Amino acid sequence: MSFNLNEFLKSLVSLTVSDYLRQLWGDQLWVGLVLDILGVVIISTFCLLIVIFLIWLERKVIARIQQRIGPNRVGGRYGLLQTVADVIKLLIKEDITPMGADRVAYWLAPFLIVMAALIVWAIMPFAPGVIGVDLNIGVFFFLAISSVSVVSLLLAGWGSNNKYALLGAFRSVAQLVSYEVPMILALLVPILLARSMSTVSIVAAQTVPFLLVVPLAALIFFISSLAETGRTPFDLLEAESEIVAGFHVEYGGMKFGMFFLAEFVNTLFMSGFFATVFLGGYRFFGLENLVIGDGWAVGNLIGLVVFFVKMFAVYFVYIWIRGTLPRVRVDQILNYNWKFLVPVSLVLVMVTAVLDKFIPESFSAYARAGAHLTANVLIALVTIEILRAYARRQRRLTGGDSGLAVTAAEDHAHQETAVHHEPAAAH
Amino acid sequence: MVEQIVFLIISAFTLTMAVIVVTKRNLFHAALALMASFLGVAGLYVTLDAGFLAAAQLLVYIGAISILVIFAIMMTRRLMQTSEPAFNTQAGFALLTAVIGFGVVFWVFYVFRNIWPLVPDTAVPLASKPVVPQEVLQNSVALMGRAFVNPAGYVLPFEIASVLLLAALVGAIIVAWPKAEDKA
Repeated sequence: MSFNLNEFLKSLVSLTVSDYLRQLWGDQLWVGLVLDILGVVIISTFCLLIVIFLIWLERKVIARIQQRIGPNRVGGRYGLLQTVADVIKLLIKEDITPMGADRVAYWLAPFLIVMAALIVWAIMPFAPGVIGVDLNIGVFFFLAISSVSVVSLLLAGWGSNNKYALLGAFRSVAQLVSYEVPMILALLVPILLARSMSTVSIVAAQTVPFLLVVPLAALIFFISSLAETGRTPFDLLEAESEIVAGFHVEYGGMKFGMFFLAEFVNTLFMSGFFATVFLGGYRFFGLENLVIGDGWAVGNLIGLVVFFVKMFAVYFVYIWIRGTLPRVRVDQILNYNWKFLVPVSLVLVMVTAVLDKFIPESFSAYARAGAHLTANVLIALVTIEILRAYARRQRRLTGGDSGLAVTAAEDHAHQETAVHHEPAAAH
Repeated sequence: MVEQIVFLIISAFTLTMAVIVVTKRNLFHAALALMASFLGVAGLYVTLDAGFLAAAQLLVYIGAISILVIFAIMMTRRLMQTSEPAFNTQAGFALLTAVIGFGVVFWVFYVFRNIWPLVPDTAVPLASKPVVPQEVLQNSVALMGRAFVNPAGYVLPFEIASVLLLAALVGAIIVAWPKAEDKA
């Protein structure tokens, strides 16, 4: 097969250049290998470079939320080159290994965390047919990799030979491991509805975006993804104003930069994943399948744009929350997870599974969505009612105190005193 | 051919790391090597087209069990100078037991190769990779899920394992529950 410019442009528009080149060069082992490596390089480079833009975006948006101007010196009026300057600064800094550090662990940690942040992009469907690899266990793959990235935090904390770094690592691991539970449970719901763990099938199943079918699962996933990426209000892992940096306090230069980078890549991945699982990914009213003329599949390009718009919309919400909410305490984080998120998501999974079984197959996608939406709203109402009753009881016991800002120990003491003073409080 | 090479590399990696686990004097490094060994096993599952098992291996063994092991090491030893004797007096017996165990497993597979073949419908165990139809691979997760809740499949072992896990969960809560005298 010889080179044909028209066909090449067509494949360029429909984002299937690799298929075209495979046809052009024949189906040999080295062709596949070269194309696969090229794909990996392109996706990784994209992830690494976009972080430069993301950091600028975050600083600018938060500055606007807080009525500041943000970076505006380097690179024109909008400070577009500020992050580039920061990256150059990080790259040319001296590489320090603290005295008594465990060299293997200290050096391995930043590499592992970036690897884990990049490898999950393999299952991200950017546009119809544009995906690293459509695993039939896609969602599970993402969960497995992100659970492994916890190890690198421990490596960093232990390898630094600094007890504060180690304590920071303990706190981080406690948070990450516990928020994995509601995250997995919340992801089970779209898996149940799509009857598949492959990200492509989940997108294909969203005639109605799952955000409108199971908003509760989307909310739980979003909250736990905030905690998993260590962002506000769950950013006490590296609360800058209190504990400097947590587990990576001993890191400097580009090794610190790599932790920073991994955090931003992870957040962008979470945004894209949320868009894929709950917002329908690249789908946009069938426009993603548009074909013009004799085989110009521009729909794929539209799908790509749609996916990016959705991803950055979700990313904007992450920044928005960071600019708005204060930080919570470690006991509040863990209590909120184990006593609220986990039970609610467990109930949600069970209700969704049973309900989905009882909805007849003849129902249309919209009727099915309506039934699930009703169930979700009911669960939310019941949860709010239970929480209200709990808060009321708590207020009565503590004599007007809301009970939200007391630690477990104080809570206990309050209850003890409240028992003694109950006759007075009853008046 | 390529698969053979990949298999040999992964196996060598897994075994090397396993040897490091038992010979390293630094417990933290031993735990890291244990993780790498688990990773190698996950790689072996991938070469066998068992993607779900590989991901489960990552999630359970590296993401949970290894973290637990590291926590246990960090909380019970003096943190920065964990240096233990690598072998105790029972090393000989351990070696003997391991060799006998391996022999028994090998013997079972070899002697009963006609009754319980590793590859269905063949009497040749340990010879080649099983050939699995493509549609089975594509739906492996769904097929596995159905097998777990099918009375003709594995519902009994599945339920027994579930009850065991539930019992462990309840036990953990009981252990962590505040004692009566603490309350007073």
